[in-house]
Amino acid sequence: MLLAEQALNGLQYGMMLFLMAAGLTLVFGVMGLINLAHGALYMVGAFACAAVAGATGSFWLGLGASLAAAAAAGALVELAVIRRLYARDHLDQVLATFALILVFSEGTRWLFGAFPLYLTLPPALSGAVTLPGGLQYPLFRLVIIGLGGAVALGLFWLIGRTRLGIRIRAGEADREMIGALGVDIARLYTIVFALGAGLAGLAGALVGTIQSVQVGMGEPVLILAFVVIVIGGIGSIKGALVGALMVGMTDTLGKALLPGLLARVTDAASANAVGSALASMLIYILMAAVLIVRPQGLFGVRAG
Amino acid sequence: MALKTALMGGIAAMALGFGALAAQAEGVKVGMITTLSGGGAGLGLDTRDGFLLALKQAGEAGSKVDLIIEDDQQKPDVAVQIADKMIQSDKVDLLTGIVWSNLAMAVVPAATAQGRFYLSTNAAPSALAGAGCNPLYFSVSYQNDNLHEAAGAYAADADIAKVFIMAPNYPAGQDSLAGFKRFYDGEVVSEVYTQVGQTDYAAEIAQIRASGADAVFFFLPGGMGIAFMKQYAESGVDIPLIGPAFSFSQDILPAVGDVALGKINTANWSPDLDNAANAGFVEGFRAEYGRLPSIYAAYGFDTANLLLSALARADVTDKDAFRTALAAADFASVRGKFAFGRNQHPVQDIYVREVVKDGDVLTNRIIGTAMTDRADAYGDQCGM
Repeated sequence: MLLAEQALNGLQYGMMLFLMAAGLTLVFGVMGLINLAHGALYMVGAFACAAVAGATGSFWLGLGASLAAAAAAGALVELAVIRRLYARDHLDQVLATFALILVFSEGTRWLFGAFPLYLTLPPALSGAVTLPGGLQYPLFRLVIIGLGGAVALGLFWLIGRTRLGIRIRAGEADREMIGALGVDIARLYTIVFALGAGLAGLAGALVGTIQSVQVGMGEPVLILAFVVIVIGGIGSIKGALVGALMVGMTDTLGKALLPGLLARVTDAASANAVGSALASMLIYILMAAVLIVRPQGLFGVRAG
Repeated sequence: MALKTALMGGIAAMALGFGALAAQAEGVKVGMITTLSGGGAGLGLDTRDGFLLALKQAGEAGSKVDLIIEDDQQKPDVAVQIADKMIQSDKVDLLTGIVWSNLAMAVVPAATAQGRFYLSTNAAPSALAGAGCNPLYFSVSYQNDNLHEAAGAYAADADIAKVFIMAPNYPAGQDSLAGFKRFYDGEVVSEVYTQVGQTDYAAEIAQIRASGADAVFFFLPGGMGIAFMKQYAESGVDIPLIGPAFSFSQDILPAVGDVALGKINTANWSPDLDNAANAGFVEGFRAEYGRLPSIYAAYGFDTANLLLSALARADVTDKDAFRTALAAADFASVRGKFAFGRNQHPVQDIYVREVVKDGDVLTNRIIGTAMTDRADAYGDQCGM
């Protein structure tokens, strides 16, 4: 029963990471851009949700606002700053997007103050439900799992079945060629960037609802999202999904099970200490292992 | 003419210089390092506001305190940088304000080694209470273990047979669980350390659900406590929660809401504690800031009043005299009775409080006394 609940926690965590990583992997894969400011867009989504939900009293409007605000912020940033970075090397991109993190953080602190904000769930989504087998689980975490799954399906459809998806895949394969074929690359890039930003904003709003909305909330998640796309293979949505679920499960189950397992060989206090230290390293060990076997990531196309 | 002007200027400058020197000798330069941003901001803001209120209420005497305030962002490296700057370029006489024990461990030993006083408004790790005690270091709040010891004593009294205990993995968290276990005589079914600043407690809540405990003792100050309480309420687990005051403090209650009602916590101060100093403090704080003070504001207020009482008796440049003046603790504490033990940590009563609703504001009320004249477990190891 405990294991089932922890597995659900891992699944929920993984879905949240997927929302973050999907945008990051698209931007990295299609445009070849390292975007450190992805975490800032996650924060923008969370604050937009908190502000709109607070002003209108409707959580659903807030959730919509998070998508819209983050996508708009993404498009704006792409037009104003990112566009100038495609031709430059990764170091310039890292520097410029790091500057964006600082700008977004200070700007948000300016607007909303240094205090964390807290969202209240609508009554329809709060509380726990009893799952088959008698396990009680918070409804909202199930909603996150469902939403993550829906977004994954939507993205597969978008990339695999639509004209936009064909262009995105073509842009990934050969940037100059599709330009020569008459596709407006600049517009395509703005759309992809805004799409990724919107997904990050949605993730921020969902996570902000169960945790808290505060300046700097995006950076810890950003690091994990990078781990996810490296494991999954850069540019692959399928890789992002599999990588996110692997990282979510490894992290949650590692934290839950390792101290208990170690307690069988040593005493409880040191098992606790060593177990939790090991658990926080597990995802990086996982990443290293994947990279040794497949340097391009699980679903990466380009050899490293 | 030019010479005369220069001379006059020189005399004027000297007069000014002496004037400034005289003013400085009377007053004290204080550096406050506290957390004013992020998930721990509520604690630092209340520390600061309580301290400022005491200076304001003291009027003329309060204006002798030259206060510099900086935000440590709850990061030890930032706190160390600020402390270095305050000691070396601002030349403060005294430091105060740190909320978190890991930051205190990074700053306090270095500050006292450089001959600066440190008055703790909150963090008081065990490492600084025993063999590591220092003549220049005073804790005005408590020793870290204290409120948790009281919670352990309460749980033992209430015949709670099995508890699940949880705290963040940093010095105060380790002190917390050690303190709880010191006076609890039942069975600890599970002991869990979480990360400092953690915001998702789904994995811990699953462990609580499966633990079969009769109660959960948790120490999660600031944003950590808010996140945990909200998620716990959503989870459908109904094992009773108890904690130290930090887990149900006034900075947490408004964000957590009604799920906190009726929760038991242990504290050395409460807004309804019946003494004149406390009545003046609670009323003054509400009038000044439009909210109820938390326990951190009470510590900040007491720290400033202790400082003012010492300043009235001695000059801060005479370290021995100033230290004696501080140790006398000749001020009206909002906690009623207050004295320092030999390791310069408080000897005080610790109460059991319950979260209640006063009108539509959630607050705490005292329902009993857990420990009387409690010092701490480390005083004997202090060589002072």
